[in-house]
Amino acid sequence: MISKNIAIKTEGISKHYRIGLRDEIHDSLISAMVSYIKSPLKNYRKYRSLYKFEDIKNTNYLNHYENSHDIIWALRDISLEVEKGEVVGIIGRNGAGKSTLLKILSKITSPSFGRAEVRGKISSLLEVGTGFHPELTGRENIYLNGTILGMRKTEVSQKFDEIVEFSGVEKFIDTPVKRYSVGMKIRLGFSVAAYLEPELLVIDEVLAVGDFDFQKKCLAKMEDVGKHGRTVLFVSHNMQAITRLCSRAILLQDGKIADDGPADKVVAAYLTSGSSSRSERFWKDTTACPGGEVARLRGVYVKDENGRVSESFDIRKPIGIEMVYEVLKPGYLLLPHHNLYNEDGVHIFTTIDCDPKWRRRHRLPGKYVSTAWIPGNFLSEGIISVQSAIFTLEPQVKQFNERDIVSFQVVDSMDGNSARGDWSRSMRGAVRPLLEWTNNYEKFE
Amino acid sequence: MIDFINSKLKILKPKLNSEQEKITVIEPKSGWQLIDFKELREYRDLFFFIVWRDVKVLYAQTILGLSWAILQPLIQIVIFTIIFGKVAKISTDGIPYFLFSSVAIIPWTYMSQAMVASSQSLITGQNLLGKVYFPRLIFPITPVMAKMFDFGISLFIILVLSVYYHILPTWNLIFLPLFIVLMMSISAGIGLWLSALAIRFRDVKHAMPFVIRMLMYSAPIVYSASSIREGYRFLYSLNPLVGVIEGFRACLLGTPYPWQYIWPGIIVTFILLISGLHHFKRMERVFVDVI
Repeated sequence: MISKNIAIKTEGISKHYRIGLRDEIHDSLISAMVSYIKSPLKNYRKYRSLYKFEDIKNTNYLNHYENSHDIIWALRDISLEVEKGEVVGIIGRNGAGKSTLLKILSKITSPSFGRAEVRGKISSLLEVGTGFHPELTGRENIYLNGTILGMRKTEVSQKFDEIVEFSGVEKFIDTPVKRYSVGMKIRLGFSVAAYLEPELLVIDEVLAVGDFDFQKKCLAKMEDVGKHGRTVLFVSHNMQAITRLCSRAILLQDGKIADDGPADKVVAAYLTSGSSSRSERFWKDTTACPGGEVARLRGVYVKDENGRVSESFDIRKPIGIEMVYEVLKPGYLLLPHHNLYNEDGVHIFTTIDCDPKWRRRHRLPGKYVSTAWIPGNFLSEGIISVQSAIFTLEPQVKQFNERDIVSFQVVDSMDGNSARGDWSRSMRGAVRPLLEWTNNYEKFE
Repeated sequence: MIDFINSKLKILKPKLNSEQEKITVIEPKSGWQLIDFKELREYRDLFFFIVWRDVKVLYAQTILGLSWAILQPLIQIVIFTIIFGKVAKISTDGIPYFLFSSVAIIPWTYMSQAMVASSQSLITGQNLLGKVYFPRLIFPITPVMAKMFDFGISLFIILVLSVYYHILPTWNLIFLPLFIVLMMSISAGIGLWLSALAIRFRDVKHAMPFVIRMLMYSAPIVYSASSIREGYRFLYSLNPLVGVIEGFRACLLGTPYPWQYIWPGIIVTFILLISGLHHFKRMERVFVDVI
């Protein structure tokens, strides 16, 4: 028995798959024919091996499997505890085992080893509109989908009007779903899910579908679920959503827990780790770097105030975007500039090099390192993508203009002295300046 | 916009009855579980809607709609009456061939459709299988229930027809529920075996048409069981279809019950169903991994 305030407890959960389905290549007609005759038996063994692992009960065999080349470990020895009411984000690269973990916890597939206990009713939302049938009407699909997600029929009936209203497809509720647009289907599917009331909600990347407004709706819903004391496990690649919604994050790497802790810390660590680094880009080889006749780009780096390259920045601290370029020909006026975009593709601003040292002066050939400083308390939370360019003036010729050359994350640790004040939920807007507010107070007469 | 949504979402208050919370234990399945009836009960609404979906969707966007439920067996009856009744002149123990074959073809149509749909149920439902959990047993059992709708319609037609042929219902009808249960159990047993096999080996799909045809000729549908030679009758009766078809005949046409065919059929059906359940349960844990 697990203690009362624990929602999920897993002990050494592992899951392996076998992928060794390799087709043979024959170099002669005879061997191909022999293999063709023998193939039914071979196929039988092959497909059987997909699920037959010599019946093993103890983990001594783990070492044996460790070395087996056709076995993939989706999860390895996952032990964790999630308290009731916690909203936990699960992050990691593709293939890190996030979805497998969710599938095991929602009983869709069973672990190869280990054990988990889950307290309370589980609902898993791995897809929006699971089980929708195109021939059925919206009304019928609400009932079908609702019961598939674990609701009772009476529950669906009670919430039916609200679900329909929320989805905004009242007019078409008695039309077969196959006549719906994709957007309508998604709205209907999500509306049903929004009215689930499980104690434990497991959500996989459903935010990735749908239009912008729909994603916002999901996020609002997610926040709400968390606020009501339900336990949520949430897989997403949207780091902003993770840092905002989750109190805790777990980083999975190659099926193991690589990090576990406060969401912002884990996310920051994940973004700065190894090969995912996107906040610096440079070209060693001058033939490969972007550029024109006059100037070429050698590198772009995003740095903190101490000059360190970083992926993740405190929203209150300044951020430097450093561009390294070479001028090849004398006698030109240059216009180095950056465009910044947020995750929604909104062009936040353009900044142009206005350094008086070189303004209206012809550049001399050589290497330049120019840094644009974005003040703290200016950008919003989220992932910012940088586009860097240099044009020559008179005549205006593009030397290079590279989209999405580097990106970085702005994180609010919510210590209370950022522009958020005491607000902890969704905050929109491309920029988030910390403005000075003044208040005049007058007592009632 | 967001505030509007938030205000809506406020309505949702979670019901957290800490006393009633159940603990779910997840571990590598032992593979020797029996049916979890408690769990099945929890999912009965889902089961109902899935069955209902299958019924509702079957004749969607057809001109004839429900008439297909009658037309399909009817066309087969007409063909059989012409070929086996008129041309081959098969002995029917004095019953008009039309009725003789109808009372067999109707349960047979049900069984063949239920078996085919049930054996493919996991493959057609593989998207659902990988996205959400509910008792896997629901997949193969759904067609067994859903096809009963067509069966009911045909059965009604048959009863009307026999009155037209002046064959009035007799006390034999009392055993009709037994044969209906038997008919469903055979379909479920075969469906459980084949669906669990089919998801691992897609060969089942290709073999199914032959299996169905062989099953049809192995049962006394177009001919009478009395044409089987005396010495082979016990062996013949081990085919559970024999007992069911002959049972239906006796029920609906008022002829004496051939219990020597029915008892072995019941026993074989029972074995088929239990072994099918067991096999299905044992394989259940790997379904998602082998899709």
